[in-house]
This record gives sequence, C-alpha cells and structure tokens, in this order.
Amino acid sequence: MAPVDAAVETSPEGAQIEDEQRIAAAPGEIAPPPPEQTKLARGLRQGVLAGAVSLAMFAPLIGLQTTENIDNQLILKTRWPLLIIIVIVVAIGRFAMIVFFAPWLAQRRLQVVAVPPVSRWTTMKRYFVPIAIALLVAYPPIVLGLSGIQGSLKWVDNFGIQILIYVMLAWGLNVVVGFAGLLDLGYVAFYAVGAYSYSLLATHFGLSFWVLLPLAGLFSASWGIILGFPVLRLRGDYLAIVTLAFGEIIRLILVNWREVTNGGFGITSIPKVTFFGIPFNGSDQGFASLFGLPPSSAYYKIFLYYLILALAMFTAVVTTRLRRLPIGRAWESLREDEIACRSLGINTTNTKLTAFAIGAMFGGFAGSFFAARQGFVSPESFTFLESALIIAIVVLGGMGSMVGIAIAATVMIGGIEILRELTFLKSIFGPNFEPTQYRMLLFGLAMVGVMLWRPRGFVGTRKPTVFLGRQKNVSADMAREGHG
Amino acid sequence: MADVDPSPAMTGDDRIVSVEHLTMRFGGLIAINDVSFQARRGQITALIGPNGAGKTTVFNCVTGFYKPTEGMITLRQKGGREFLLERMPDFKIAAKAKVARTFQNIRLFGGMTVLENLLVAQHNTLMIASGMSVLGLLGFPSFRRAEDEAIEKARLWLEEIHLLDRADDPAADLPYGAQRRLEIARAMCTNPELLCLDEPAAGLNPRESAALNELLLRIRNHYRTSVLLIEHDMSVVMGISDHVVVLEYGIKIADGTAGEVRDDPKVIAAYLGVEDEEVELVETDLEKLERRG
Repeated sequence: MAPVDAAVETSPEGAQIEDEQRIAAAPGEIAPPPPEQTKLARGLRQGVLAGAVSLAMFAPLIGLQTTENIDNQLILKTRWPLLIIIVIVVAIGRFAMIVFFAPWLAQRRLQVVAVPPVSRWTTMKRYFVPIAIALLVAYPPIVLGLSGIQGSLKWVDNFGIQILIYVMLAWGLNVVVGFAGLLDLGYVAFYAVGAYSYSLLATHFGLSFWVLLPLAGLFSASWGIILGFPVLRLRGDYLAIVTLAFGEIIRLILVNWREVTNGGFGITSIPKVTFFGIPFNGSDQGFASLFGLPPSSAYYKIFLYYLILALAMFTAVVTTRLRRLPIGRAWESLREDEIACRSLGINTTNTKLTAFAIGAMFGGFAGSFFAARQGFVSPESFTFLESALIIAIVVLGGMGSMVGIAIAATVMIGGIEILRELTFLKSIFGPNFEPTQYRMLLFGLAMVGVMLWRPRGFVGTRKPTVFLGRQKNVSADMAREGHG
Repeated sequence: MADVDPSPAMTGDDRIVSVEHLTMRFGGLIAINDVSFQARRGQITALIGPNGAGKTTVFNCVTGFYKPTEGMITLRQKGGREFLLERMPDFKIAAKAKVARTFQNIRLFGGMTVLENLLVAQHNTLMIASGMSVLGLLGFPSFRRAEDEAIEKARLWLEEIHLLDRADDPAADLPYGAQRRLEIARAMCTNPELLCLDEPAAGLNPRESAALNELLLRIRNHYRTSVLLIEHDMSVVMGISDHVVVLEYGIKIADGTAGEVRDDPKVIAAYLGVEDEEVELVETDLEKLERRG
C-alpha cells in the first residue's frame, strides 16, 4: 500500500513545481528591460492621462465655485487659471514620478538590500533610551533658562505635559492593541472614567489626588473588564465596532446624566494636585512662599510635568516588565494564534481580560491626571477623535514598540501644537490664514506617508523576550498584526 | 460498532484514552458515526483513513476543539485520575488532563522566536511561579529560578529536535520540516500524558520523515508519552505505530496492529478502492448524471 500512496501524494506536487518554474522563467524571456526611450514615452503618456483625469475631477471641484452676491443670490464664479495650474502641476508631477522618481526609488531599494545593517546605528539605538530620559528630566530647567519663568509656561504645559499625556495613553493602549492584538477603538472611555472618577470624588468628598490616583486606575480597570466580557468572542472588525460603541456610550452617559456629571457643562473647579500636602497657591502655606521663591504659576506646571513624566515612566516600566513575564508572552502569542494558545492550555479569556484591564488602568491614571491638570472636565474632551488619535500613535509607532510610540506621540502631538507657533505663515498666505485649521489635513498626509514608507510603523521590529545566544530583533513582517 | 473488541488486553488499566460511541454531526452531515476505540499507555496509536473519513474530527473531539454530539471520551492519567474530555473546555484539556496537540496546518507563533514558542508552552507552570505576574513584576528570585528551569527544558527539547542553533530566530523563518518538529517539541513542553499529532509527516521529504519516526519513537520510549497520530504517510504509520485504527466515512472499519490492518480486505478496499476499470465506470456514470441534472 505504501508505494502506491507515496506516488499519488507526490506526483501532483512535482507537476506543480515544474509549472511554477516555467512561469517564473517566462517573463524574463519575453520582456527585455525597458530602454530610456520607452520610459520617456510612458512618462509623457501617463502625465497626459493624469492631467486629463485631474481636469475631469477638479473642473467641478475647483473650477466652479458657488457664492452669494450682495443681494443674497446664488451666483457661479469660475476659477479657470487656478484649475489650469493644478492640472499642469499634476501632469508634470506624474511625469517626473515615472521618469525620475520611480527609477531612483528602485535603485535605492537595490542598494538597501546590498548594504548590511550599519553598526553605528545599532550602538546609537542602545543609548537612545537613557539619553532620551535624561533629556526629558532636564527639559524644564533648560526651557526655564532659555525663555524665563513666564515664557517657559507654554513649552512645559502645551508641549511637555500634553505630549507626555498622549505618550502614556498610547503606552497603555499598546498593551491591548500592540501586545494582545485586540483592536480597541473606544480607549478614550477609560480615560474619561479616570478623569470623572477624580473630578467627582475630589469635588464632592474632598479626597486628595494621591488617594484618588490608584482609585481611578481601579475603576477604569473594572470598566475594562466590564467591556472585556461581552467582546471576548468578537474578533477583528466586530471587536472594533463594539469598542467604538462603548466609547460613545460612556460619552453619552457623561452628557446625559446631568444630576451627577453636570452634562455638557462639565465639572469645574476641580482641586489641584498638592506637593505632598503643600498646595500651589499664593498663600503663606503655598509652595512658592514656603520655599522662598517669587510667586508664579510656572512651579505648578513644572511639578505637573514631573508628575506626568513619572506616571509615564511607571507605565513604561510596568508594561515592559509585563511583556517579559509569562502573561506578556501569552498576550503576544494570543496575537499570533489564539487556537494554538488554547491547545497549550492558556486560558484565553483571562488573558484577554487582563490585557483589557491593565490597558484601561493606565488610561484611568492618565485621566485623573488630566482632570487635575485642567481643573475642568467635560464630555467634549472624550470624543472618538481622541481614541482615533491614540490608536494612530500606536500604529505609527509600530508593533508594540515603546520607543516607536513615544516618537510617534512627540511627532503627532508636538506637530499639532507647533502649528500654533507658525505665525510667520500669515505673512505668506495673508492675515486670514490659520495654520491650526490645516492640522487634520497634515495629520492625514503624515499618516499616508508613514504607512507608505514604513507600513509597520517607525520601529518595525520586535525584541524577543528571552534569548539563549544573542538577542536578535524579529522583523515585524514575521509577526501577525492580530485579528481582533 | 457498539461491540468493542473485548479482548482482555484492551480492558486493563493501561488504557490512556477510551473513545466510546462518539458521534459528531454538523447540521445534517454526520462526520463520525458511533466510533469507539482505545489507545493504550506507552503506545503509538495511529488513526488512518481516506480523506474525509473523520480523523481530524475525532482529534478535535478528543482535544476539546469540538463538542461531540454523542459519546464519551475518558482519559486516565498515570496516577489513575480520570477526566471526561467531552465535558471540558479545550484549554483545560491541555492544562489539566494533559493532552497536547499539533495541527495539520502548522500553528506556530511565527513572529516569536523558537525559544519563546517553547516558553509559551510552559505558560501555566510559569504563571504560578510568577505569582500571577505579581512576584514576577517585583523580580522575585523564585520566579527567575523557575524561568531558568523553563529555558533549560526548552534547551533540552531544542537539542532533541536539532534546532539549538536556531533558538533565537523567529519561528516563521524556519524551513517547513523544522517547523513541524518545533510544533511537536512545543506540545511536549506542556508535559503531556497524551500527545496528539495531526499529520506530522505531511510535506516532509523521506529523510525528514525518517527523522520524525525516530523522534516519535524517542518520545514513546524515553519520555514515556503515549501518542495518538493521524497520518497519511504509510512509512510512518507502518514503521512505528503499535496499534492502528482505520476510519472510513465516519465509521471504524478496522482496528489492530499494523500487520493485521494492512491485510484487512476492508482497509485495502477503502484505500485502493476497487479495480481501476470499475472506478472509471463509476466516474463516467457520475458525469452522465451531472449532465442530466
């Protein structure tokens, strides 16, 4: 029986291999490498085609404009010169893309394959984390020295604190999305739970920030489990939709439960954080007079900066340590293959719930910090756009990489903040130009660009949790993105 | 098949798993119909049959991935503890009853290294050692010791499957044969009483499949683990199995040693069918029917 079976098994495979070889050989014989002439012709043809397409598309969009005249009548204005300029730009761009840019890109890709990884880069990467932390610690004094006490407010508050809040949120979400591979589009709900826990308990019961910080984390973690239970069986798109809905439900509760949350007006005059009991105010017992410093609100901001830095570092330490523990490996294996996990005796229910709970807990910490820093919370701070922004940071950072996410948060949040500073653009585009209005456009462009050039995010490798000989980073192409 | 072979050898305490009157229906389709067989401790039991005979369905019932429509599956551990597998969820069958399995289409954690794959298999032991992550998070030395032991065990299995030098490479980077071996090693790292292998020789070349035979014999003789095996490669089945169960269309048609099964006319008919001319006749009939319908 054996030989018969073997023959049956192997013969079709052999035939298939031959077929594949024939197919592989065929294009090389037929199509010779395209000469310069055809490339130019192709470029011209494609350029004209792109021009025609853009003409058809932009003619109604740009060429025609409807406005009202002085008598409130609808009139049609035409903008043909602008249309022609744009069409020409598109045509020339397409031509240049095909004739110059594409060959250059192909050549560069060949070079990248040929050149081995540069060792200088890897040594730099080794010292990147300590240098970055040292810079973050030294940031407020540097800014203080450069721009004085009042000038530093903006840089510490709008840039430092704002970016670090998002770094912390993204690191928290990274546990759910990056490690466990569960796409959570409603993460901002846990942020909201943390913020409102602090606001309500602090305003009504006068509890201190240091008591409420762990409580807010606990509340958020329990909401993480509450969300986790119904969505355990869902994967991929379905999970994304349910978590999205969850985020909206929390926001709508905050809007409509007026007796408790004060609805859309939000909660005002939330107590500030104290420096271990010493308040930041102008009184005799305040921080400034106690330490003999001139009164300024900058001390509070600098204190808040170091507080969020400490919280973010705490998040980083806990999540990186968890990743190297059995639970972290179970999260990652869950992302790779859930069925295989179950065959190895891993309780996937509990594993998913811990991922949800721990991710939510860090969201809660960040939320209570946010409420204390703002002194005011309202449902408007917890819209879907916030969730999308945090998810975008995690995706841009890449594959559960802490450093990549920190860089992505700095670029995205810092980029949005820096738009406010670009006042010189008004002298170019006129006084009505408001650069912040273009932030979503730039945000979208940046996303498209990064996803084209670095589809796995800024850091496209995964660091193994244990190793026998030498620790080699795993290319993210090997890893799965998670199905749920 | 209600009358299970009552020979005295099969009723002793050396049964590791007994499948009784197992039936599995998917809607109107009966994938397996009243199948009963037993696998003995310390033996390699092979489950063979033509495509679509219901072998993988039996496997999925034993390992808890399907809940059988009817029937009983009992597993007896070395200490005499018994588990009714049809009542347990899949991950508990692996964790408590100690049944490990591999998959027909390999299911490794491709983005994790070979060593990490073997450590994930020791999740439950390590989880307890890490105090449900609390002690591990605080860096207790007891957890570090447990992890070192787990790595040592992984190293042992990497030596067994000759992959020690690839320990830090991603599993998806391994050649096909090595991935099959790694999946077996990963299953063995869970300390199973019963190892279920779903077509471990599929896609292997003759040399690799000879090495697989050796590995399976070593698992049986040295590690004293019983093996339940689905296989199409007859050189593997006939070479190493102590006991062969043959299924066809969801029904058991033969049960015995490799030699007995090989000469069973029912088995020959199931595998080779009837004479070639007759097959052609049937095929032309079918074509006619299709054209009409």
